[in-house]
Amino acid sequence: MKAKHQRLTLALLGVAAVIAAGVLALSALKDQASFFYAPGDVKKDGLPLGRFVRLGGMVADKSIVKLPDGVSIRFVVTDGVATVPVLFKGIAPDLFREKSGVVAEGEFQRDGSFTASNLLAKHDEKYMPPEIAGKMHETKTLKE
Amino acid sequence: MIAEAGLAALWLAAALALMQLAIAAIGVRRVMAEPDFQTELSGHLLAAVRPVAIVQGVLALLAMVLLITVFVRTDMSVLLVAENSHSEKPLLYKFAGAWGNHEGSMLLWVTILGVAGAAVAIFERSLARATLIATLGAQAMIALGFYAFLLFSSNPFTRLDPAPVDGQGLNPLLQDPGLAFHPPTLYIGYVGISVAFSFAVGALVTRDVGPAFARAMRPWVLGAWIFLTLGITAGSYWAYYELGWGGWWFWDPVENASLMPWLAATALLHSVTVLATRDGLRAWTIMLAVVAFSMSMIGTFLVRSGILTSVHAFAVDPERGSFILALLAIYIGGALLLFAARVGTVRAGNTFDLVSREGALVANNLLLSVILGIVLIGTLYPIIAAGFGTQLSVGPPFFNKAAGPVALLLVAIMAAGPLLRWRRDEAKALVARMAIPIAATVVALAGFLIFAPGIDLLPLLGLALAAGLAAASVAPLWGRNLRRTPLFTYGMVISHLGIAVSLAGMASDSAFTQATLVAARVGEPQRVGPYSVTLDGIAPVIGPNWSALEAHLSARRGSGAAIQLRPQARFFSNPVTSTSESAIATMLDGQLYTVIGQPDGAGRWQLRLWWKPFVTLIWAGGALIALGGVLSLLGRWLRERRARGREAEA
Repeated sequence: MKAKHQRLTLALLGVAAVIAAGVLALSALKDQASFFYAPGDVKKDGLPLGRFVRLGGMVADKSIVKLPDGVSIRFVVTDGVATVPVLFKGIAPDLFREKSGVVAEGEFQRDGSFTASNLLAKHDEKYMPPEIAGKMHETKTLKE
Repeated sequence: MIAEAGLAALWLAAALALMQLAIAAIGVRRVMAEPDFQTELSGHLLAAVRPVAIVQGVLALLAMVLLITVFVRTDMSVLLVAENSHSEKPLLYKFAGAWGNHEGSMLLWVTILGVAGAAVAIFERSLARATLIATLGAQAMIALGFYAFLLFSSNPFTRLDPAPVDGQGLNPLLQDPGLAFHPPTLYIGYVGISVAFSFAVGALVTRDVGPAFARAMRPWVLGAWIFLTLGITAGSYWAYYELGWGGWWFWDPVENASLMPWLAATALLHSVTVLATRDGLRAWTIMLAVVAFSMSMIGTFLVRSGILTSVHAFAVDPERGSFILALLAIYIGGALLLFAARVGTVRAGNTFDLVSREGALVANNLLLSVILGIVLIGTLYPIIAAGFGTQLSVGPPFFNKAAGPVALLLVAIMAAGPLLRWRRDEAKALVARMAIPIAATVVALAGFLIFAPGIDLLPLLGLALAAGLAAASVAPLWGRNLRRTPLFTYGMVISHLGIAVSLAGMASDSAFTQATLVAARVGEPQRVGPYSVTLDGIAPVIGPNWSALEAHLSARRGSGAAIQLRPQARFFSNPVTSTSESAIATMLDGQLYTVIGQPDGAGRWQLRLWWKPFVTLIWAGGALIALGGVLSLLGRWLRERRARGREAEA
């Protein structure tokens, strides 16, 4: 093979690899990117059923209920526009508490409730997930 | 006074960097005009630029030492200390806490950059003089940008008046011995890549791309890569035991920010070898050096701009983000322009057949680039989407699905590569040499299918390929005189073996992990994997700056002796935070991982238990990969020293 041809082959291979990566990535992204919802979005856009999504907002006051099995809890997420009841089985993060921001990862159920497989709470007192801050700003319920 | 001295050292270092850049820029022009690079003039210029680079490194180091001093003394009149430290904090975290914040960590970055530049000035002897001058110039240019960033938008030495009585403390998640080790290691890796980048820029400027240049660049790439490997491995283990989620890799953007430079550096490491031994892949190697540095800049941007929310993002300040983004655009854009302008003058290197060592290395480079592309898309997509008002996150399902298959293909090629001859080889001969690894893969596959049915496809393939790769990676040693085999061959063998070991650990973790979540009463045994775990009681504990509830667990396997585990729920007062400290028992065949949650008010405690067979192989593999790098580095150095000795005799 001549040097010139070799360069061309390598360049073509490189381009092919990049395209393959792009196609692979984008097709996977379409299924796998998990979208962020606030309770108000669900009211507006309908339930995103059968998808892994994030639900974010504030944990409503006096809404955390411990279930008898000792490892599950129910609570309500609100953004000031609407509320969503959430069921979570697991150890809640240390900073998960009422009247505080939370992001729940999981799926919506047909009845409009949300089953969370993971909860993300803020890392420290000052921290607020930007998604929540953004959404809160939109609905203008953040009193600070 | 100490803070002011630190600031003065920074300004002086910045001035020296400017001087270094000026000497290099003017000097290289003059030297290039002469017929030969190794003239007297280049010697004089080098004699001028070397000390400047060294003193600049020393000054940056001095600034870092002074910052550590104010942290250790807990000087509350320094804003950074007041915001991030506390007098009751243990000494180790006062020390390491100096870089547990935005400004301090950027100073650490710059310090390592300065020291790396000094190291190049002191130790680099094999590079052509003109190229070395240009390299030091490029290094000074990178440093200047970061000095500007520190001095104008992230000054770590700002005073606070009046000084508060006490500070706000350090994020408890960072209060771990890992803080002393993980950031410096990773930074040495990140910044080491900047040296490779400066070499590439230097060689482009002086049109010096060739095997000699590659041999000079290789140890620096290798060194950076070793530190990156160690930093990622340490970071992964830290996240594993500190976060209490039982996971070792979360595809978190900050993790990706360290993985991307590693992928690029790994590709660079292999292509620079092709350039050094076979004089091939010239332009590609230069391009990879630019890409690798871009990735470490993007990593710095992602982590330090506050665009991401994580324990790594200390400050959310749009001005800083824009500053780093501007630096990124200038360096990468500039390097790409230079590349575009000069790539035509880079002569085509040697050619080779598709079935050859070079061919396998090209495939390695392409696949690594594909993985890099996938990780990059997955990491940046949410940020770009957020710019268009869509909020979404890309998590493990995406990365595993998209990058997993490519990684397994890469492993297969990795097994074959070292068994191929340079330039040209026969596919048939390769199959013969691969007989044992292929057999190992098939046997492992069949074994797992029969004895452990129901494993997901990806972990199953991972386990089988790990067996094959382990066999293939030691294959280059078969039939060789082991005592006369060069050290760098051992390095390659051990690094590749490390990948196999790590892969086996990852696959085993995802295939065989057993987890349980229970509300446990005292005395009630809980089963996880082969263990029966009993909660014996809960007791309060007091630490230096925290108090905790500690669970006393005893774990028994069959009729064996009980192992004691003590997971804690800790409460910090400065700042007010609670964390959970997992307790892990390491056995030869895996780890028992325990976390304590909340009480339910009726005498039960939440317990989360995992049995993770062979999970430790993940980090043991990482250590092996780095060890292989060290052996390679040592081997090349010994060989070069011997060669120089022979030259001196002749």
